[in-house]
Amino acid sequence: MNAALELRSVSKSYGNQRAVERVSLTIPRGTFFSLLGPSGCGKTTTLRAIGGFESVDSGEIWLNGERIDLLPPHRRKVNTVFQNYALFPHLTVLGNIEFGLRQRGAGPFDEPVRRVLEQLQLAGKESRRPSELSGGERQRVALARALVLSPELLLLDEPLAALDPQLRKQVRAELKDLQRRTGISFLFVTHDQEEALALSDALAVMNHGAIEQIGAPTDLYLRPATRFVASFLGTMNWCNGVGVRPEALKICRGAPPDGHTPVHAVISRAIFLGPVTQIELRTASGDVLLAQVAQGGDVYKPGEAVQSWWNPADELRLTP
Amino acid sequence: MVLTLAAPLLIVCAYSMLSRGAYGGVELPVTPENYARLFTPLYAGIFLRSFAVAGIATALCVALGFPLALFIARSRRPNLCLALVILPFWTSFLIRIYAWIFLLRDTGLINTVLLRLHVIGEPLPLLYTNGAVVLGLVYGFLPFAVLPLYAVIERVERQDKVLLEAAADLGASSTAVFWRMLVPLCMPGIRAASLLVFVPCLGTYLVSDLLGGSKTVLIGNVIQNQFTASRDWPFGAALSIVLIVAAAAMLYAGRRGGAELA
Repeated sequence: MNAALELRSVSKSYGNQRAVERVSLTIPRGTFFSLLGPSGCGKTTTLRAIGGFESVDSGEIWLNGERIDLLPPHRRKVNTVFQNYALFPHLTVLGNIEFGLRQRGAGPFDEPVRRVLEQLQLAGKESRRPSELSGGERQRVALARALVLSPELLLLDEPLAALDPQLRKQVRAELKDLQRRTGISFLFVTHDQEEALALSDALAVMNHGAIEQIGAPTDLYLRPATRFVASFLGTMNWCNGVGVRPEALKICRGAPPDGHTPVHAVISRAIFLGPVTQIELRTASGDVLLAQVAQGGDVYKPGEAVQSWWNPADELRLTP
Repeated sequence: MVLTLAAPLLIVCAYSMLSRGAYGGVELPVTPENYARLFTPLYAGIFLRSFAVAGIATALCVALGFPLALFIARSRRPNLCLALVILPFWTSFLIRIYAWIFLLRDTGLINTVLLRLHVIGEPLPLLYTNGAVVLGLVYGFLPFAVLPLYAVIERVERQDKVLLEAAADLGASSTAVFWRMLVPLCMPGIRAASLLVFVPCLGTYLVSDLLGGSKTVLIGNVIQNQFTASRDWPFGAALSIVLIVAAAAMLYAGRRGGAELA
């Protein structure tokens, strides 16, 4: 079986600036795959290269066993949900959704259009203009417009960034449902690690144009291969050369259990977050550590001297 | 505003309802006669032909101006290209139209070359035709179309580039992107260009006078005649008023269309 998408050592430079450097990855069919990284890491360039809006300097892009990196955008069976949706302002919702079908010329469109309108809860809004829609509706039109063409791969360029935070979580769940129901492979580009962890079957973390690590969310979170991945996914404490997640860092007033080396620290801040309180500690060597104390446990106050410790099984040893 | 725009307009309006003076000028009594004469087949025909010629010239200006504006917007030196488009304005319009006579007449450059090359046996009748008038209008007013078209194309390609990409992403070939995305997005500029060309085309008399001869009489020529040879100022004023109303109606319709789209 072919992968939905395969990138083979794709590179792209602008002048002497390397935007994407020897990126290789495989997206199995029907998966929700994310490209995660800070802005300027090359994730959007990679996405645009797959869509056909950027040429690649070297390497190959294969879609379902067909090499596509030399095809113009309209000949590639991938569709894109653009960051600000790029809805056509002079067309209605229906006009936007039918646009791609009309380019193919094959009719009738009624059945696929009706299905996608229903799937994305847009029925009744067909004759609206994009300017008359809410942010969430625009996003659904952008999805509908692409999905109606049944692409072999759907590219999503930060599709949640334009939504307000409350809506974002709800839409996130809907997006995951939609991917499962349609079975279409999604390639999702984001700089939001929480989004990537919540949505993806697998993800690739990019930095400086190259991929740092590819794997399932749990793999990347629990077994990051590099310091960058460890710090970018969630929060990581660095203490005496090893990494410890805040939820694994424990604090006590007395001595820690036998066999655990304590680190002396002073509490500099205690922030109540509801279910947990986040404790900020300062060690004698000046490191700042974060720990989480569950509600109902001991109460710590700023200025208090404590011992912190962790299970050796929870520590990560990574070369900087 | 009042002095330069409203006052002359009011004078023209008043003249159009007065009687003709023997040696030009106007006299009492007030009469609707001047407007009644407009509805004779002769003048209705001239009005129709004027609208048709202006319409064809406008369509050609937009059709030629759009690709030119697109080329300029995508060129490396847009400002230089725009300067070249405006360059002819440095020469008198009259002289430039005269130059066309030297190109088009029976012993003109085009016919001479074609005759010498034995492509034709006798000179083609190029000058003093409707075609020559349309050619002159397109030549004269093309820059008025190019400038607003350039402005809108440049804006669309800069701000709405992603829409063109989205169209290609959804399967539109470059031809389809042009017709189904770029042209519709440029509609406000196309409308502005059409109005900027159509209105002066409708009122001009210089081009039809020089390149159309006596065969192609447009409304502008008739008006000019009333104030000179015919010495019928009230009728000339009535014709002007009707022309102004017609042009204003076109502008209004254009605005309405624009508002609906926005």
